[in-house]
Amino acid sequence: MAEKIYIIIVGAGKVGWNLARELLEKGNEVTLIENDRERYLTVEQELEHNIQYGDASELWVLERAGISRAGMVIAVTGDDEDNMLICQVAKEKYRVERIIARVNNPRNREHFDLLGIRPSVSATDLILRLIEHEVPEYGLVHLLDLPEQHLEIIELLLPADSRAAGQRVSDLQMPDGSLLISVLRDNTGFVPDADTVLKPGDEILAVLDPRVEEDLTAYFGPDRTASE
Amino acid sequence: MFVVIVGAGRVGASLARSMLAEGHEVSCLDEDPESHARLEIGLDRSWEDMGGRFTVGTALEIEALTAAGVERADVFVASTNGDNTNIIIAQLAKRRFDVPTVITRVLDPYRAQWYADQGMHTICPTRVAIDMLETEVRAAASRTRGSAGRSGGVDHEDADL
Repeated sequence: MAEKIYIIIVGAGKVGWNLARELLEKGNEVTLIENDRERYLTVEQELEHNIQYGDASELWVLERAGISRAGMVIAVTGDDEDNMLICQVAKEKYRVERIIARVNNPRNREHFDLLGIRPSVSATDLILRLIEHEVPEYGLVHLLDLPEQHLEIIELLLPADSRAAGQRVSDLQMPDGSLLISVLRDNTGFVPDADTVLKPGDEILAVLDPRVEEDLTAYFGPDRTASE
Repeated sequence: MFVVIVGAGRVGASLARSMLAEGHEVSCLDEDPESHARLEIGLDRSWEDMGGRFTVGTALEIEALTAAGVERADVFVASTNGDNTNIIIAQLAKRRFDVPTVITRVLDPYRAQWYADQGMHTICPTRVAIDMLETEVRAAASRTRGSAGRSGGVDHEDADL
């Protein structure tokens, strides 16, 4: 982070404490806010004046921490409602430019989206993503998601019964709004040309509009007309 | 009218009983199954026999809200014991389920005021208590006016009250 900004982190659990430590080491100004007295006293022994005691969903606690000059607010408490509320007031009342919220229960992610709280980070989702990557039977891996820009990059394993296996790239009929960008075969990646023939076991990388993801996976996926 | 009340504590349960007694359809959602007993305080029949509904579930879970009937609610009351929970679920009821009337209990006056300024219909019991106390203290002050308070010579019997 080249630009040094004032960052407020709410929640001094493992995530918040380690984040504060790392960001301080990078030379940022950081205030951590914790509402459990005992936890506060523990962390205060290391972070000293960089941690404040209080319930950050009480607006005066945020104001005392200097939220009006904060460039970023990160809410990483163990409570999704608190994280949503803190980020909402940070963004809409105090006009903090950047917010980051932790999602504890991945099923709550849609609520964060509904309230416009982005980006939100869920450890469960990240681990699921890793499982998808490590266990290729899952088929589809999201390498990059830019939902606001309607853009994503995915990695897809061609199963033995893929309709696209054995086809030349120039003969592919991929959905509009998707583009094949590379092929991983025998641990080597290459950019295919029109004459490249796809094989079962190939992992393909495609850039696409998320709205055509289903069509794309159906196109490259196994012939599953009977299932589901 | 169909009223969905989330949080059947003392406030939510009393409101639920009153609304049911007035002939409205009432459905309560609470994460604690024991809250059901609170709904039946003073009733000689069970809550369900009276026509009430009770769902056990977490307020933030869409399935629980749907099971409680939020999709066809005319009025949605967020009265759990958590301000933040109430503020968030009220926004879900409004924005996602399009409930016509959404009322939110918020104990913290500052938060209640800011969300009210954003268009949320908030009820702040703390604000009500503060206003009542201020009124009482002002009334007391006006009774002692002219005598300039205790140091100014209120008799001791009065001052000890």
